[in-house]
Amino acid sequence: MMPSALTSSKATPLQMGPDGRLRHLLSIEGLSRELVEQILSQAESFLTVAHQSVRKVPLLRGRTVANLFFEPSTRTRMTFELAATRLSADVLNPDMSQSATRKGEGMLDTLRNMEAMQIDLFVVRHSLSGAAHFLAQHASDHVSILNAGDGSHAHPTQALLDAFTMRKHFGSLDQLVVTIVGDILYSRVARSQIQLLRLLGVRDLRLAGPPTLMPTAIESWGCRVCGSLEEALEGAHVIMMLRLQRERICGAVLPSTKEYYRLYGLNEHKMSLAHPDAIVMHPGPINRGVEIASSVADGPHSLILPQVSNGIAIRMAVMAMVASPDA
Amino acid sequence: MILLNHSQIEALLNNMAAQLRMHLQEEQAPVYMLGIHTGGYWIAERFYERIGLKSELGGLDIHLYRDDFSRIGIRYPVHPSHLPWGIDNATIILVDDVLHTGRTIRAALNALFDYGRPARIILAILVQRHGRELPVSADIVGTDMVLPDDQHLKLYGPELLSLHQVTRSSRS
Repeated sequence: MMPSALTSSKATPLQMGPDGRLRHLLSIEGLSRELVEQILSQAESFLTVAHQSVRKVPLLRGRTVANLFFEPSTRTRMTFELAATRLSADVLNPDMSQSATRKGEGMLDTLRNMEAMQIDLFVVRHSLSGAAHFLAQHASDHVSILNAGDGSHAHPTQALLDAFTMRKHFGSLDQLVVTIVGDILYSRVARSQIQLLRLLGVRDLRLAGPPTLMPTAIESWGCRVCGSLEEALEGAHVIMMLRLQRERICGAVLPSTKEYYRLYGLNEHKMSLAHPDAIVMHPGPINRGVEIASSVADGPHSLILPQVSNGIAIRMAVMAMVASPDA
Repeated sequence: MILLNHSQIEALLNNMAAQLRMHLQEEQAPVYMLGIHTGGYWIAERFYERIGLKSELGGLDIHLYRDDFSRIGIRYPVHPSHLPWGIDNATIILVDDVLHTGRTIRAALNALFDYGRPARIILAILVQRHGRELPVSADIVGTDMVLPDDQHLKLYGPELLSLHQVTRSSRS
């Protein structure tokens, strides 16, 4: 049983060092716009590493990164691992499904044991909201925690890579109309995206999705809930589709995937309502024919694959920043 | 304290361009110029105009290769590297504003070799000063200066260039 502190979704100055330096990345909440801009600028540098013959820089040589994925992940885990190896860190990928935690070891004991192995940086994904925050509260001074997704709370590096992708395409974000579509209620991606896009000055931020998957009082976050996907797409520059988790498909929440696709699936016809230069994004993995048509996912407006490459650069930037010494 | 004003720097660049032409007289390989961000890039922009290369000017960011990351961390602002050509078997003119300890050039060479294997690298420097900590020497030099150890050279630009003597900060 997890302690109640684990469910706390409040970001605190915990993620910032005493000198204002980023120490852990747990949530977008609590980050300054200046710091976010620094992460995005830093990622530009790391993007060029992918074009080198030797795709590596020596910044984290001698440091060790552990990917603690208590919840399955393919893309996020691989891009965190690639980010660490491209920074020349040593990387551990313990299989948490087979690890001591299955034998009853608590997360704190896991943390303490791995700290004793001189791990410098932990990338944590967990199905419980607040898991990364909990570890950061108890981590030793020399250790940093990066949240790679915790329950329905936050997925800050996904939001950062999305903003980075938009900035690379459009230059600045403040004049953009951005639409987020899907399961807003349970989506840690949406929560982090909304916080970050508001921080970066997006004024017209629209949400569309089934009313059963829309949080109450979400307008107080500075977004507009639209009555239909068509309304939300009108003139949109950026369409951010969310993955529909199959477990949500049960009578009370959603009648069927077919019904969902009819109302909230993005197809070429609906795309014609958006701005002619609109881009389509998706955090993956895609449910083709459920939230998005293949012709859109693979079409000229799609930036879904560049998002993956950009994710490596963002994760390199964040790792390099938390590994920087105090001023 | 200002040590070189814009027109003095321009005069040094004219002299450096003459030196570089001598170096390139018999050159068979493709020639590309690369400035080290940020001061070296400002110098390279003016040097490039004088040489009249047809290839695009490149910029190299060395901060990911610095040997003092664990002490000073990331620096801002960031200027990503831009190498618009392949460097394999090419002659690279590597340009920087100041050559002091040699550590920046060490980092630049490491960065460069992660892009490929150039045929030759020519190092062009506006100002070199004593205090080398690594076996690095420039092929083309604008001028030499002698400064006390606690003094630092800083190029201001990019429109009007000027070289200043400043007291070194503990984190530089």
